[in-house]
Amino acid sequence: MSRLSRRKLITAGLAATAGATGLAAAAKLAQRYGLIPPDGGGLYGPGETLTYAAQRLLTRHSLAREFNPNQVSRPPFANAVDPLGDAFKRLQEGGFTDWRLTVDGMVLRPASFSLGELKSFPRRSQITHLACEEGWSYIAEWMGVPLSHVLDVVGTLPEARYVVYRSIQPDWWESIDMADALHPQTLIAHGMNGGELPVAFGGPLRLRVPRQLGYKSVKYITRLTITDSLKRFGKGLGSASPEGGYAWYAGI
Amino acid sequence: MADSVWGPISAAAAPAATVRPRHSAVVRATHWITTLCFLALLVSGVEILISHPRFYWGEAGSVLTPPLFRLPIPASRATVPTGYGYVLPDQNGWSRYLHFQSAWVAVLTGLLYVVFALFQGHFRRNLLPARADLSWRALSTVIAQHLRLRPASEEDAWSYNVLQRLTYLLVIFVLFPLVIWTGLAMSPAIASAFPAAVAVLGGQQSARTIHFFVSVLLVLFLLVHVVMVCVTGFRDRMRAMITGRLAPDMDRI
Repeated sequence: MSRLSRRKLITAGLAATAGATGLAAAAKLAQRYGLIPPDGGGLYGPGETLTYAAQRLLTRHSLAREFNPNQVSRPPFANAVDPLGDAFKRLQEGGFTDWRLTVDGMVLRPASFSLGELKSFPRRSQITHLACEEGWSYIAEWMGVPLSHVLDVVGTLPEARYVVYRSIQPDWWESIDMADALHPQTLIAHGMNGGELPVAFGGPLRLRVPRQLGYKSVKYITRLTITDSLKRFGKGLGSASPEGGYAWYAGI
Repeated sequence: MADSVWGPISAAAAPAATVRPRHSAVVRATHWITTLCFLALLVSGVEILISHPRFYWGEAGSVLTPPLFRLPIPASRATVPTGYGYVLPDQNGWSRYLHFQSAWVAVLTGLLYVVFALFQGHFRRNLLPARADLSWRALSTVIAQHLRLRPASEEDAWSYNVLQRLTYLLVIFVLFPLVIWTGLAMSPAIASAFPAAVAVLGGQQSARTIHFFVSVLLVLFLLVHVVMVCVTGFRDRMRAMITGRLAPDMDRI
């Protein structure tokens, strides 16, 4: 190209340098403010990081929409679950009285709560939308103890950045950042639509994260681990979802 | 000064039958980046769609809800009744990663395009139709010419006709914004921050349904666009959009 002058080359060089420096500075800032998701590496890392960072900046304190009782979906759709094992069946036969939720990791007072104890904690009830990443959704009333209350009871350390939660189904474990963990609508749900939480919907205990898609609301939870890093969990990608090819952050 | 990368395209000033500039570098670069993103969004969008090829109106909908309509295709989930005896493989993981990454690139590219197009008067010069071209008479003449499949004139190679201008404006300022908006309205986090953006669409399932229809319109646009490029001279049009230059009278290189 004959028109390519020295001035243009210098301008382009300066612009490229400024761009690269800007990107490096942005990456550093994003790292510092915890805006890079645990699956932020690899081919789709840039898109995931942009989504997570943008949504964290826009939605840190926003409340999921709550609906009127007449908008509740009847009947709601219970997604298929993997067969529940013998351990679950034994607990189910005992009316889940022996179901326990262990809380450990970066906390002052590690604890193990029975279902009864969790039900005696302050309750919150909310009618929210649950959307599956497949495209379907339903609206239901969820009742439970806010996760933030349980975190208060055990006393999370200031370094805590994530809460890892596990299901009695060994393949299911997830994690959320503290913005979602401390969010008033994030519930350890034990009730639904005015009754006990049915097994098909995750009973006796399901973590409801209403600002993320359904797969972050793990059913049959048995353990919470509070941590400052997700590197030591599984393959270090944050949860079982990225290990199965799905994004860790499911706010979209 | 202005006649650089962005160059205003002054066809009249250039001598005839020489290689002359047609599309500025930013138009060409953003055109092809958008093309790649669009294809990625289309493939990944179809993959996501087949996990639940049913559509609803309102806030919520599932297989227990009567659909607005459903597509007569197999699904990638056993929980969706389709009438087919098989289930397609689940491709949602990478499809969702790719969909959002391409959407980011497309949106950022689109912003770059709009900012520079405004700065350089691209919309005013190349896309806003002349007032005279908008009369019913002028419009019906152009439409009749298209219906009679009259070959494009050389003049058409240098400037968009009124139908092209209106179509490009519709795609850039109506369909693209609408597909971005309805896409974001499906996000539970965005819905929590901007509930009104979901409510005016009629709910999150309505947003999904509108997203589908706008995507169909964009695919129709793509098909017509490609057919017109082929009909009016594939090599010249491609060369203009790749190299930026157009030489209709020159020997084909």
